[in-house]
Amino acid sequence: MKQLHTVFSIILISLSACAQQTESEVKAQDPENVNYTTELVVSDINIPWGMAFLPDGSMLITEKAGELIHFKNGTKTLIEGVPEIYVRGQGGFMGIKLHPNYQTNGWIYFSYASAEGEDDGGNTAIMRAKLKDNTLVEKEVLYKASPNSKKGQHFGSRIEFDNEGYLYFSIGERGDRDVNPQDITRDCGKIYRLHEDGRIPTDNPFVNSENAKPAIYSYGHRNPQGLLKNPETGDIWEHEHGPQGGDEINIIQKGKNYGWPVISYGINYNGTSFTDITKKEGMEQPLFYWVPSIAPSGMAFVTSNKYPDWKGNLLVGSLKFEYLERLVLDNRKVIKREKLIEKTGRIRDVVQAPDGYIYVAVEGKGIVKIVPKN
Amino acid sequence: MKLLQLSLFVTLSITFTSFSQTSALKSSIERGKEIYTDFCVSCHLPNGKGVERIYPPLTNSDYLKNREASIKAIKFGLQGSIVVNGKKYNSVMTPLGLSDDEIADVMNYISNSWGNKNDKMVTETEVSKIKK
Repeated sequence: MKQLHTVFSIILISLSACAQQTESEVKAQDPENVNYTTELVVSDINIPWGMAFLPDGSMLITEKAGELIHFKNGTKTLIEGVPEIYVRGQGGFMGIKLHPNYQTNGWIYFSYASAEGEDDGGNTAIMRAKLKDNTLVEKEVLYKASPNSKKGQHFGSRIEFDNEGYLYFSIGERGDRDVNPQDITRDCGKIYRLHEDGRIPTDNPFVNSENAKPAIYSYGHRNPQGLLKNPETGDIWEHEHGPQGGDEINIIQKGKNYGWPVISYGINYNGTSFTDITKKEGMEQPLFYWVPSIAPSGMAFVTSNKYPDWKGNLLVGSLKFEYLERLVLDNRKVIKREKLIEKTGRIRDVVQAPDGYIYVAVEGKGIVKIVPKN
Repeated sequence: MKLLQLSLFVTLSITFTSFSQTSALKSSIERGKEIYTDFCVSCHLPNGKGVERIYPPLTNSDYLKNREASIKAIKFGLQGSIVVNGKKYNSVMTPLGLSDDEIADVMNYISNSWGNKNDKMVTETEVSKIKK
C-alpha cells in the first residue's frame, strides 16, 4: 500500500512539474493561394531591427550592432552621429519612428540600449534627433530606464504615436521577472507615454502615486516588440514575447496591469510552471495568445489597396518560425491565422510604407518587399 | 634520496595543478550556467537540444567539438548555413556582446553539460586569441 502511495506521489509530482498548456484555439494555416512574390530591396544587413520611410521614398534602417543605414536610390549610406550603443544580449540599436508631422518638424525617434548612468550594464533609452547632411543633430535623450543591468534579455524597443500626438514606447522587464513588471516604482516591463518632447503628461495614470515612475502608462508586460496604432480605432495595440508559449496581443489602456508574471499562458523554458493561473481580477486578458510561441516582432495593419485580400488584417513577424503571420480579426477576435512568406528568415519588423507596399526586415538578409501578382 | 625528493615534488605539483584546474573548471562551469540561462536558453533550451531545423543542438553536437568555431560563433555571432549532426541550419545568431571571460565560462558550461564532456578548460586567454 505504502509503495502504491509513493508511486502515486511520484506521478502527481511529475504531472505538476511539467505544466500543461492550452494551445491557441486558432492555428496558423498554410495559405490557400499565394498571389504575391517577394523582392529583396536592401541586401546584406545582419540584424535590421527597425525601418522608417522618409518623404522622398528613401529608407532609414537601424542595425542592432549600432548602425543607422540610409538607403536611397539603391545605395546604403551610414548616418553619422548615432548615439553610443550598449550592444549585449538582445540589446542594441533598435526601434525607429518618424514624428507624424515629420515633414514639417524633422523629428526622428529611436530606441537603443544605453550604458549611460552609474551602474554597470545598460538599459533602454529613447532619443529624438534630426537628420542634417547625413548626420544626426539636435539629439535629445527623452527617457533612459534605470537601473542598468548586465542581463541580456528584454529591452522592448518599439515606438508609436497616437492620434493626439502622444509618444508611446515599450521597455521589457530586462530579465528581472519577479522584480520589475509588477512594480510601478521601477522601470522595465512597462509601456510608457510622454509628450513628443519628453515631458510627462499631467494626466498620466501614476503621476500622483508615491514613488511611481510617472512616465508609465501600463504595466505587467514581459517583452513587447510590437507597438502600433490601429488606424481604424486609434487604439494602441501591442504584442509581447511570452516565455515558452504565452506570447500575447493586447490593446493598451491607461493604468492597466497586463499581468506578467502573475498570470500567463506560458511556462518556463524547462517545462516547469511559474504560475498556476491565467486569469485574475484586476489584470487584463490578452486579445489573443500564442501557444506555441511564434516569438513575435514588429507589427503592421494592412490598409492599402495593394493587397485587397488582406485589408484590415494584422501582420506580425515571427522570429522563431521565420514567417510573417497574417491575423484576420472580427470584432477584436482573431478568427484566422495564415503563414506568409515562409522560410524567408527571422522576421524582425514589418511596415506598411507610404507607397502602400509591405516591407519586411529579415535577419541575415535585409529588407524584403511583398509584391502582389498583377 | 634526491631522486625520491624530486619525484615526490613532481607528483605533488602535478596533483596540485590538476586539482586547481578541476576546481577552476568547476567554478567556470557554474558561472557559465548563469550566462547560459541569461543569453542562450530561450533558443537552445535548458536541455541544450535546441529546436530541430531552427536552433541547432548543443547536446551531443559535432559542431561544439570544434572549439575554435564554437568560440568564434559565441564571440562574433553566426550567420549563414552550418551543418550540425548532419542537419542543415540556416539562420542568424546575433553577436552576444559577452566579454572573453564570460565566453570561456559559457563554453565550459555547454561543453560539460547534458552528457557533453571536455576536460581541457577553455580560458579567457584562449578566447582572446580568436579573431574574426
